[in-house]
Amino acid sequence: MKRIAIEEKVLNENQLLAEQLRKRYRQHGILCLNLISAPGSGKTALLEQTLERMDRGTRVAVLTGDLQTENDAKRLAKFGFPVKQITTGGTCHLDAKMIGKHLEDWKVEDLDLLIVENVGNLVCPSSYDLGEDAKIVLLSTTEGEDKPLKYPSVFFKSELLLLTKIDLLPYVPFEAELARENARRVHPGMEIIDVSSITGEGLDHWMNWLSRRLGKARAKLESVGT
Amino acid sequence: MHELGIATSILECVQAEAQRHPDGRITKVGVKIGELSGVDRDALRFGFEVLVKDTEWEALELDLEYVPRMQRCSKCCYEFRMNDFDPRCPLCGEFCTQCIGGGELDIAYMEVDG
Repeated sequence: MKRIAIEEKVLNENQLLAEQLRKRYRQHGILCLNLISAPGSGKTALLEQTLERMDRGTRVAVLTGDLQTENDAKRLAKFGFPVKQITTGGTCHLDAKMIGKHLEDWKVEDLDLLIVENVGNLVCPSSYDLGEDAKIVLLSTTEGEDKPLKYPSVFFKSELLLLTKIDLLPYVPFEAELARENARRVHPGMEIIDVSSITGEGLDHWMNWLSRRLGKARAKLESVGT
Repeated sequence: MHELGIATSILECVQAEAQRHPDGRITKVGVKIGELSGVDRDALRFGFEVLVKDTEWEALELDLEYVPRMQRCSKCCYEFRMNDFDPRCPLCGEFCTQCIGGGELDIAYMEVDG
């Protein structure tokens, strides 16, 4: 019997594809964000508000994942930006191959921002790199404050936490400070923005975060170019 | 829920490695599963069993090694296992510590007979 050391990532194939996508985005100064949350935390509602507020000069595209239906793509298409639905059939997450396939007939190099709305799930999407610059996790006030402790992987890997449905705070027993504390226990220093897609609270803060990251992605391109 | 896909990826790695050993037989594969990998070991084992059942890989042994979340203190460089999400260095009390392990989802080794 002979033991051979392998030291290879199990999801090596996905990783290679994700790195190819990342390289492609970087070459063209594109910011790619991967939105992850449990079903019903408000990813699509946030995207509607985001697209509504988006400066028309920014070239945005959205890929939205679900097991079935084109509902989310229909909701998001109203804002005049290109949107494509990825229906996974039964798969509980998106992977880099699905992203690559759905980008095939888009001129990716003409984009500034690509937003990927992952399948509603706090577990599996955290294992799959999609080539994004940052993962963003959403947690709503109708969920439990201990979700970051229950699902640490996604909170650890996400750069930003959006605490959604903040307008419901007076009506639900959710302790926002405890939720923030739990998120920072899992991910020290994690950036957190409170938002409401209904009242618009916090959305300016979120749009500022976006525009800062867009500027950063562009600046990287310029420094590569010179 | 995605463990069957992970099991499939592991088996594909084994099959690729088997090509390099035409005269041998891979009997065991060792996989490191980090605390932060988002992979459940029991579900992965179950998915793997289902996957290899009644195939030439039925006898393939799956060795899953759990890797806890490890932190390194940025002040005194002490490395410690993080318990209950407490990032503080148990040696010097420093809050600023970096995660250095626990995200693994890696094939560590394979054993070949013959």
